[in-house]
Amino acid sequence: MPGGFPGAPGALAGPPQKKLDPDSIPSITQVIEDDRARLGGQVFSTNIRGQVPPLVTTDFTVHDQGNASPRFIRCTTYSLPCTAELAKQCQVPLASIIKPFAKLPNNETPLYVVNHGETGPIRCNRCKAYMCPYMQFIDGGRRYQCSFCNCINEVPVFYFQHLDHMGRRVDFYERPELSLGSYEFDATLDYCKNNKPPNPPAYIFMIDVSYSNIKSGLVKLICDELKTLLEKLPREDGAEASAIKVGFVTYNKVLHFYNVKSALAQPQMMVVSDTAEMFVPLLDGFLVNYQDSRAVIYNLLDQIPDMFADTSESETVFAPVIQAGVEAFKAAECSGKLFIFHSSMPTAEAPGKLKNRDDKKLVSTDKEKTLFQPQKGVYEQLSKDCVAQGCCVDLFLFPSQYLDLATMADVPSHTGGSIHKYNNFQVETDGEHFLRDLRKDLQKSLGFDAVMRVRTSTGFRATDFFGAVYMNNTTDVEMAAVDCDKAVTVEFKHDDALSEETGALIQCALLYTTIGGQRRLRIHNLSLNCTSQLSELYKCCETDSLINFFAKSAYRAILNQPVKNVSNILVNQTAHMLACYRKNCASPSAASQLILPDSMKVFPVYMNSLMKTAPLVGSTELSTDDRAHQRLSVMGMGVEDTQLQLYPRLIPLHDVDVSSEAVPAPVRCSEERLTDSGLFLLENGQSIFLWLGQASPPDLIQSLFNEPSLAHLQQGHMFTLPELDNPLSKKVRSIIGELLEKRPNSMKLQIVRQRDKPEMLFRQFLVEDKGLHGGTSYMDFLCYVHREIRQLLT
Amino acid sequence: MSTYQEFIQQNEDRDGVRFSWNLWPSSRLEATRLVVPVSCLFTPLKERPSLPPVQYEPVLCSRANCKAVLNPLCQVDFRAKIWACNFCFQRNPFPPSYAGISEVNQPAELMPQFSTIEYIVQRGPSAPLIFLYVIDTCLEEEDLQALKESLQMSLSLLPPNALVGLITFGRMVQVHELTCEGIAKSYVFRGTKDLSAKQIQEMLGLTKPAAPGQQGRPVAPQEAAASCRFLQPVHRVDMNLTDLLGELQRDPWPVSQGKRPLRSTGVALSVAVGLLEGAFPNTGARVMLFIGGPPTQGPGMVVGDELKIPIRSWHDIQKDNARHLKKATKYYEALANRSAVNGHSIDIYACALDQTGLLEMKCLSNLTGGHIVMGDSFNTSLFKQTFQRVFSKDYNGDFRMAFGGVMEVKTSREVKVCGAIGPCVSLHSKGSSVSENEMGIGGTNQWKLCSLDHSTTLGVYFEVVNQHNAPVPQGGRGAIQFVTMYQHSNTQKRIRVTTIARNWADAQSQIQHIESSFDQEAAAVLMARLGVFRAESEEGPDVLRWLDRQLIRLCQKFGQFNKEDPTSFRLSESLSLYPQFMFHLRRSPFLQVFNNSPDESSYYRHHFVRQDLTQSLIMIQPILYSYSFHGPPEPVLLDSSSILPDRILLMDTFFQLVIYHGETIAQWRKAGYQEMPEYENFKQLLQAPLDDAQEILQTRFPMPRYIDTEHGGSQARFLLSKVNPSQTHNNLYAWGQETGAPILTDDVSLQVFMDHLKKLAVSSSS
Repeated sequence: MPGGFPGAPGALAGPPQKKLDPDSIPSITQVIEDDRARLGGQVFSTNIRGQVPPLVTTDFTVHDQGNASPRFIRCTTYSLPCTAELAKQCQVPLASIIKPFAKLPNNETPLYVVNHGETGPIRCNRCKAYMCPYMQFIDGGRRYQCSFCNCINEVPVFYFQHLDHMGRRVDFYERPELSLGSYEFDATLDYCKNNKPPNPPAYIFMIDVSYSNIKSGLVKLICDELKTLLEKLPREDGAEASAIKVGFVTYNKVLHFYNVKSALAQPQMMVVSDTAEMFVPLLDGFLVNYQDSRAVIYNLLDQIPDMFADTSESETVFAPVIQAGVEAFKAAECSGKLFIFHSSMPTAEAPGKLKNRDDKKLVSTDKEKTLFQPQKGVYEQLSKDCVAQGCCVDLFLFPSQYLDLATMADVPSHTGGSIHKYNNFQVETDGEHFLRDLRKDLQKSLGFDAVMRVRTSTGFRATDFFGAVYMNNTTDVEMAAVDCDKAVTVEFKHDDALSEETGALIQCALLYTTIGGQRRLRIHNLSLNCTSQLSELYKCCETDSLINFFAKSAYRAILNQPVKNVSNILVNQTAHMLACYRKNCASPSAASQLILPDSMKVFPVYMNSLMKTAPLVGSTELSTDDRAHQRLSVMGMGVEDTQLQLYPRLIPLHDVDVSSEAVPAPVRCSEERLTDSGLFLLENGQSIFLWLGQASPPDLIQSLFNEPSLAHLQQGHMFTLPELDNPLSKKVRSIIGELLEKRPNSMKLQIVRQRDKPEMLFRQFLVEDKGLHGGTSYMDFLCYVHREIRQLLT
Repeated sequence: MSTYQEFIQQNEDRDGVRFSWNLWPSSRLEATRLVVPVSCLFTPLKERPSLPPVQYEPVLCSRANCKAVLNPLCQVDFRAKIWACNFCFQRNPFPPSYAGISEVNQPAELMPQFSTIEYIVQRGPSAPLIFLYVIDTCLEEEDLQALKESLQMSLSLLPPNALVGLITFGRMVQVHELTCEGIAKSYVFRGTKDLSAKQIQEMLGLTKPAAPGQQGRPVAPQEAAASCRFLQPVHRVDMNLTDLLGELQRDPWPVSQGKRPLRSTGVALSVAVGLLEGAFPNTGARVMLFIGGPPTQGPGMVVGDELKIPIRSWHDIQKDNARHLKKATKYYEALANRSAVNGHSIDIYACALDQTGLLEMKCLSNLTGGHIVMGDSFNTSLFKQTFQRVFSKDYNGDFRMAFGGVMEVKTSREVKVCGAIGPCVSLHSKGSSVSENEMGIGGTNQWKLCSLDHSTTLGVYFEVVNQHNAPVPQGGRGAIQFVTMYQHSNTQKRIRVTTIARNWADAQSQIQHIESSFDQEAAAVLMARLGVFRAESEEGPDVLRWLDRQLIRLCQKFGQFNKEDPTSFRLSESLSLYPQFMFHLRRSPFLQVFNNSPDESSYYRHHFVRQDLTQSLIMIQPILYSYSFHGPPEPVLLDSSSILPDRILLMDTFFQLVIYHGETIAQWRKAGYQEMPEYENFKQLLQAPLDDAQEILQTRFPMPRYIDTEHGGSQARFLLSKVNPSQTHNNLYAWGQETGAPILTDDVSLQVFMDHLKKLAVSSSS
């Protein structure tokens, strides 16, 4: 239903002094609410080609009927333009955001596992696409035509089945690969490294025991937590215990490996000082089954903090630590994950030694990109080694100053790892926050040593990939590990014309090793419409996916070109997309009227927010590491995460209905929505704030903090809510708890009072307002875009 | 002093010296004509229960380039309190503490019976002994277990204040920290990477970043403390170490079919040497290396890990087919030299059925005075008892090992020193008494003996430099002084001084005197050492030819004969046995590599160049005792004719003890007569050689291989290969009688050898 939005006619073109009603411009919260009201709680069946799914913010149930659930794949548009010209004309990017291991809610069926026996999954002889619902069986079921490349293949004898009167196989409903959009195959030895079945993966905990980590109490915190946490290692569905092996390394300038073989009375420590050429000093007893070696591991974890209690070593190494992990996996012939807890820039003499190259003078210059570029050399090779061995690196950083995150996080960001950063870590205020992250990270379900291949039907193909991945060639997406929150954004380009009739098909095949050590193929299929009508294309666009694509491509672009250029490109493309719509799809109206496609009517607010994010805003007040961190985090995000990141949820709490289960409806992220007497919760997946208006009613303060008034709140209160036995406290805490539970990362609760200095931190998330470090308000941006559109149209 | 025999014996007992000639030819020309050089076997630390050390510093000659020690040969003016150095004739005043001396009140060092005297000196802090165990873990379970037990036992034998350290290796090298509570801690090194000493010390955390201006300073106390993590007093870490050894596992890295385990012996030694070098330079220390196979990776690799490629043999070496030989030898030599410079000695205990690379590694022990012990398994009494004997004690309860020895030789003007052969390295000290003519390790008058014991014996070679026309030197006697500084096992610093003198004799007028002063036993051993020394660098046949030539020349010089008449050839008593020694030496494993692996040859040679005269002679010509009903046990000829059916033979080759039962005796034994009370005497006869063998086994180091065999037994070959093959399958019938046992060999017998020798000696053409 194309159309402009009412209420803005002409006025935008008018003199700026006339204040617009903020409520009159498109509101994300409104769009979300509308979608929720329309589709929330309903079943979304995937039986129709090119169907636009509900928004990511809406709760719905998916019924797989031949296409992959939107939880796995979302697209920027579900109707591809038939020709490259058309695509060029509208400039709407064609992309899918694939989250192959997305978590499914309990009421949706987990993926079926199909076994095609010794010969392995049935695949098209020419294009190697896997058997899927789109294969056309012909010739009485003896042959089938691949719908990706149109090659006609013989049906293997064991797989033969008669066709019914509709030309469908009789066993259509018995075979997941014929009736479902997503399913898995058991992989045969041909799909394994060296034709050997893989060993179960391993987790290695690598703890920096240099002075600062010991002094902050972090090492003790980790060791204590691991004792309980290791009981909860992820395991295969139905398995009694986790198959994952665990190993421990501590390090400063040298590495300490531990032998925790169950037969030992006490652990043994092996020091390797040869950091120039790292190796693993032991095989047997390094990676062990936690259940078997529990006593020895307990003993070790008890001793580690004491052993280094009086250390004075402040220098660390880093690349050798990762190298050690890779070598360990190599020796054990398995894949796995490294959990590295690191404090400072690696300055000790060793490969990968780093120098401080933070230079704020580069901000807003052509050389700004160097701040984001990793230092070449050692780490580049290391990423390669890691991916080749299936070694994923999760990095927990505890810096007190610049540590060249861009370089240090290079390996994690190529191996499907996560990067967590805790500035000026203190156990009292950040301990719980960090532990939540660690717990989530450790318990995440994931696949190891993965290779993803995206196949498409003829006429278009995948050309570019964004994510925490490694590309050895142009088609295979390699990931040392991929977890339930990691998404890969895939851009498509036309090869040829697409036909409206046959549509477009995407098959994403992911070869990986399960946490139980089995080799599997996970297949996601999606069929899209093709159209030669631009209006149809715009109708099927999805703003959340678009913004995910733009965020990732912009964040990648700043590695190679000045930030300013990238911002310009973003604005231009936004204007172009909208202008094209206006020109070709909208009913004629006054030029002064801003007309937006319905599916993209909140696109400008996201785009504006994106341009105000730390990586894209050139401000010397922002720490280089923080900018790099945000840049890298977003690269692996799925649509839900980017949506939330770019438009935080601002929940009013002062008039919460304590008796209701529901979370109060969020309001728009603007200062105007705050009230002096209100309490607001703001969260964006990375940070969470409780904002207290300066005129907050004392009874609310009393209920939440057990203090008579706002003025009584001390600094110490600023990070936790006390557990009080009253409905409001319970309700607020349960809302926060739920949010923390839901998000992939933990968030550190920060309580800010209106007009206090920390409020600045909070304000930067009010994305409809003018940015703190630069960047326009939503309203101004909209005006600006409108002006651009009009220029394009004339 | 009636005979030279007695004179020689007395000198050996008192000074530990055996000279080839006890009268010295007075000119260079005459000396060279004697064929056997003026030389001696010297045992620096010969056990002298009757020699209590004196507790003061020796008095030195004040001439800067002499510094000889006051000795009984010096002329003393008791009134003027002045003594004249008998080497440089410098007149020296006595130090003030000698004010009270007179003809009747002489200090010990002036008394003739103290030609050998030992001083205890107080110099510097006394350093504890250091024992660093370096253990190969690529052993069979049973072997490792036995080794662990031996090592645990050895802890109780160490002096309580000695420092111990532990390095284990297999594919990796682990240096164990000994002080840790709770978690056992070790530093690990890759077994394939050649590291410099500095890198090793850095990686072990032994070096603190040097503050400016501190470079070159001696080891500061806190740095020594850091190194102590790896080297701890036994009494403190006894329990820890016992546990550590107890928990020692076989190298856990998998060894696939058809491969040898990866053994990083080279790196392990480099780490051991580097550790000691950094932590305790110039302090007595023993690295004890226990190996169960050859080094298979990294620097010092002797053979690859492919089992299908066997370890090098003599054949390969002669064909220049031993790939790793040169590189490995060079590597170990460099290590040995570094170790020697710091006074650390390296023992090798190699127990395996196959070769372990001793050929390449021998220099480690040879240059540093360490032991080499070779056995089949750590689980044998040969190894266990030998190892125990390393820690044996003398009559004072002190360990029979001394460290960091420096032996200096001073000579009177007419004599210069050419070199030494023994477990020592040159200190490159060029003095006026150093000859340009090198024999053995020459070019110096000081040698370092990193480790030595009471039997360590050096061959020292001299040259008479007096010109032919010059008169017989003044005083009529040539003198030599040996000054040996060492660290006693009780950590005292000691200096032993031996001063000896021999008369000059004019070779033209007094040739009979010189001939009768010949010590043929010493000469045989000294020549043998020269031969063995040559054999290390020259082809086997060349060495034999050289030895033969020397023997013929000697016989020509001293034999009594008519030209071209072999039957007239006679040798005087003082030379009569010498040709026989040479005969057996030619057949010995020191010069013959046939039937011996390169490792065995290295092992035999190692022991030959360090044992004293008696043991060396046994090695050259084994001793054979006979036991029979015909009389008391008696030594018999080492000849096939001694092998009789009704005899039991006991042969001692130093390395083996063979008890051989003659045919009849063996039959009786099989029939079990010894069990019957009426044949008690037979039982005693059987027992007698066993008891005698026991006696030898008790004292010998290393423990000999004990072989009990009989006529026709496969192990009888040990006896048959040693005896003179006077009867062989070739001449058996010529002899007619069934005496002795024919030996199936084409080797020449002593008789044939002598016939040839006589022929050549009397011939005018040669």
